[in-house]
Amino acid sequence: MQQEPIAVPAIRLTGLTKSFGSVNAVDGVDLDIAEGEFFSMLGPSGSGKTTVLRLIAGFEQPTAGTVQLRGRDVTGTAPFDRDVNTVFQDYALFPHMTVLENVAYGLRVRGVKKAERIARAQESLDAVRLSSYGARKPSELSGGQRQRVALARATVVKPKVLLLDEPLGALDLKLREQMQVELKELQRSLGITFIFVTHDQEEALTLSDRIAVFNNGKVVQLGTPTEIYERPTTSFVASFVGTSNIFDETLSKSLLGRGGTNSVRPERIALRGTPTAATSSAPGTIAELIYVGTSTRIVVDLDAGKRIIVLEQNSASDDATAPSDRRGERVHAEWASAAITPLDLP
Amino acid sequence: MRVSRTSRTVLGTITGIILATIYLPLIVVLINSFSTSKSLTWPPPGFTFAWWGKAFQSAGALGAILTSVQVAVVATIVSLVLGTLISLALQRYTFFGRDTVSLLVILPIALPGIITGIALNNAFRTILGIQLSILTVIIAHVTFCIVTVFNNVIARLRRMGTSLEEASADLGGGLWTTFRLVTFPQLRSALLAGGLLAFALSFDEIIVTTFTAGTGVTTLPIWILNNLFRPNQAPIVNVIAVVLVLVSIIPIYVAQRIAGSDVVQK
Repeated sequence: MQQEPIAVPAIRLTGLTKSFGSVNAVDGVDLDIAEGEFFSMLGPSGSGKTTVLRLIAGFEQPTAGTVQLRGRDVTGTAPFDRDVNTVFQDYALFPHMTVLENVAYGLRVRGVKKAERIARAQESLDAVRLSSYGARKPSELSGGQRQRVALARATVVKPKVLLLDEPLGALDLKLREQMQVELKELQRSLGITFIFVTHDQEEALTLSDRIAVFNNGKVVQLGTPTEIYERPTTSFVASFVGTSNIFDETLSKSLLGRGGTNSVRPERIALRGTPTAATSSAPGTIAELIYVGTSTRIVVDLDAGKRIIVLEQNSASDDATAPSDRRGERVHAEWASAAITPLDLP
Repeated sequence: MRVSRTSRTVLGTITGIILATIYLPLIVVLINSFSTSKSLTWPPPGFTFAWWGKAFQSAGALGAILTSVQVAVVATIVSLVLGTLISLALQRYTFFGRDTVSLLVILPIALPGIITGIALNNAFRTILGIQLSILTVIIAHVTFCIVTVFNNVIARLRRMGTSLEEASADLGGGLWTTFRLVTFPQLRSALLAGGLLAFALSFDEIIVTTFTAGTGVTTLPIWILNNLFRPNQAPIVNVIAVVLVLVSIIPIYVAQRIAGSDVVQK
């Protein structure tokens, strides 16, 4: 992946490789992450994103390659000598300490005076809206509260970079959405770099300034959320980030009139009773309708022998028709040529 | 699972017989400690508190208890330190020969005491040229006491995982700080349980002790064995035995309570 070099990046990874036995969990990753950026590493489990995070934190030593923090090579440095802090997936709060002691821990091991560290820990707790929870034990908190304690604990020492390992994975949907907003606000107010590991593409798209999509230990695409979503370069990215209708070479030629493999997003396809002249289209039959609240997912079997998914927004005028009534209906699937994204790899 | 009435009766009876086999003889010892007979005749001809009074004035018995406590306390402390260190090494680091070391650490608890005893006796006296003393008994006891500590601590380390220690390092805690503030507090109950078992193991050990104790070093089990068949001493031995049973219940009960309530909070 190509990217413009950043003068002094917060993090620079060069040829980073980590092997476990004969498996390359991380395979030659080069990345520059800018100061103050909300950067996501997105990928399925086992794609190497968490290992990259652990290499940056210093919990693992790379097999090859280097890690630089603000221009300083920290590849061989122990975790406690690196100016980065981690929010762990399981939070890793110290069960024998109170919430306040947990948050103050980083200050305590740095030898900050007791009065000052209590004041600063309290401030950090205020920032995550847990002001009155300092005396409790972690076991007495809910999942969302523990998550916020972990955030307060990691940020109290004012790191240059905060690493977040699937921090919202254990929370239910409502709480997750709320925490997404809080994370974004926290990042903005602290003005520090966030490196966020997730397998949830929606989360990555919502929160990030830039996203690196990982697969098999490699960065397969790097870009802004819009770039990643609108212009996926491989069929892996096209289908991992959001839903895509991927047309192989033969279908591309016959249906889209293009060479190579191409993808079209479901929301960029419209279904009409009769074809409009301005756009290219293909006839087919509605096979299934799935109602998902704000929209309906429509499965269409094209006559050309391809099953596609179309996403239609539900508007007020539609509600009279029960979705199932449209099964078997003959339709024309239409797309603008701008909706067609060519993919590098088949 | 449902158990039929017959099975329940049979299983209950078997359990009763087994428990009776273990505890009835102990009750006999208790009764005998109040018997007026000097040679443990049954049934006891009469009732007396005389032996209890004499036992607590017997210099030999009291000296032996003191020796045993000294040996057990020191052996336990040394085992706690060494057992914790070896557990950390084997659970938190990978190195050449790790599995072999792990096996060698556990082995002494399975080795027949008489073998350990003879081997150590030989090594101390003929090879190293060390006089047998209370120190050699302690060293010998540590070889097997370490195992109970090791087993408890390594199980706890395994269950605890590495993320708490990583979190500590991440926040700036060095190796020693992390151990002191994070690992050790998590190990405390495992150390208590392992330590109590080690103490109990050392306190009543006789075979290895026989081979490694210098002249004049008399631990309680050795004193009991020496005095059991002496005229007029048997009833005192009974009294000491009863006291030992009572004292043994405490660490085992505590250890079991700890093991029962032993949930690593996450």
